[in-house]
Amino acid sequence: MSIHLKLPALAAACTGLFGLALALALFYAPEDADQGLSQRIFYIHVPLALTAYASFGWGAWKALRYLRTRDERADLESYVAIHQGVIFGALTLLTGSIWARISWGVWWSWGEDELVLFLVLFLFYCAYFMLRYSVDPGPARANMSAVYALFGVVLIPVSFLAIRLSKQFIHPVVFKLAGPQMAGSQFLTFCVCLAAMLMLFATLYAIELAGKRLDRSLRELKELLT
Amino acid sequence: MTYASDVAALARKDLLLELRAKETLPSMLLFVIAALTIFHFALPSGTSDVAARGLLWAALIFTALLGLTRAFVAEREQSMFDALILTPVDRSAIWLGKAIAVFAFLVAAEVVALPAFAAFFHGLNGRTVAAVALADIGICTVGTLFGAMAVAGRARELLLPLLFLPMAIPIVVGGVGGYLWFLVLYDAIFALLSWAAFEYVVSEV
Repeated sequence: MSIHLKLPALAAACTGLFGLALALALFYAPEDADQGLSQRIFYIHVPLALTAYASFGWGAWKALRYLRTRDERADLESYVAIHQGVIFGALTLLTGSIWARISWGVWWSWGEDELVLFLVLFLFYCAYFMLRYSVDPGPARANMSAVYALFGVVLIPVSFLAIRLSKQFIHPVVFKLAGPQMAGSQFLTFCVCLAAMLMLFATLYAIELAGKRLDRSLRELKELLT
Repeated sequence: MTYASDVAALARKDLLLELRAKETLPSMLLFVIAALTIFHFALPSGTSDVAARGLLWAALIFTALLGLTRAFVAEREQSMFDALILTPVDRSAIWLGKAIAVFAFLVAAEVVALPAFAAFFHGLNGRTVAAVALADIGICTVGTLFGAMAVAGRARELLLPLLFLPMAIPIVVGGVGGYLWFLVLYDAIFALLSWAAFEYVVSEV
C-alpha cells in the first residue's frame, strides 16, 4: 500500500518545512519597531487562522462531493477536515488571545474581528460533532453532516460581515487590497510559515484519515469473523 | 397538485394541529413574557434603551427556539416523517410548509411580545419592528432545517440550541444594529440554502 510510503514522507517534509519556518520567523524576519518580539507570534497566529479556514473549506468541498456522489469516503474526509479545522481554530483563539494580552493588555477583545469570528465558528463547528455523535452512523448522518458543513462555509463570510458591522475596528490591518503592508523579508517568512502550516494540516489530515480507515476496515473484518 | 397548494396544505395541517392541541403557542407566549419580566429585573434601573433593545433580541431568539424545538416533535413521535416522504410532494415543500407554520407561531407570539416590550421598557421604533419581521424569516427558514436535523439525533431538544445559536448570531447583530439590508441578505442566502438542503436532511431518515 502506498500509504506506508506516503505518510512518513509527508511527515518528514512537514517537519523540515516547519523547522525552516520557525527559523525564519525567529531569526530572519526583522523585529517589529512597535511591538518588538511579540509581533513574531503573527507568523504562527495568522497561518493558523488561514489553515483553519482552508480546512473548513476543504471539509465543505468534501461534503458537497458526498452529496453529489454518495461516496462514503468523502463523508469521512469531510469529517476529518473539519476535525482538523476545529483544532487549528482552537489554536487560533489561543494564540490570538496571547497576542491580545501582550499587545493590548487584555486576554479578550470584542473589537478584534478575527477572534470573535473564530469564537462563532468554534461554537458552530463544535456543534457539528454534537450532531454527528447524536445520530447513528449511516447515510442519514452523512447527509446531515454534509449539509451542516456547507452551512458553515457560508456562515464564515456572513458572520465576518456581521462582526465588521457590529464592532469598532482596532485590529491591525496587514493585508489590504493594495498588497501586504510589510517588508519583503517579513512577507517571505509569512509565506513559508503559511506553507508549513498547510503542510502540517495535510499531514495531520492524512494521518487521521489513515487511522479512521484502518479502524473501519478492522471493524468490517471483525464483523465478518463473528 | 401544484407546489404552492402542497405547501399550503402542509402549513394548514400544522396550524390546525396547533389550534386543536394548543401546545406550542401558549408556551411561547408565556415564555416571552416571563423572559421580558426577568430582563426587567436583570437590568439595573436607568439603563439605556439600547441595552433593553438588545435583551428584546435575546428574548425573541429563545422564544423562537422554543417553537422550533416543538416543530418536528409530532412527526417524529408518530413516525410521520416516513409518511410525508412517501407522499408525492417535493421534499422542500415539507420544509416550506413547516417554516410557514413556525413563522405564524412566532409572529403570533411577537404580536403580544412587542407591545409588552414597549410597555415594560421605553417604547419601540418602526425600524426595530421591521428588523424583527425580517429576522423572523431567517430564524424560521434556518431553524426549521436544523430542527429537522436535531429530531433525528438522540439528544434532540439539547441539540437544536447548539446548532442554531451560532447561526443566530448574525441575526442578532443585524437586528440590534438595525441593519435591514443585512437581514435581507441573510434571509435570502440561508432561505435558499435551506430550501435546497432540506431534501438531503430527510431523505434517509
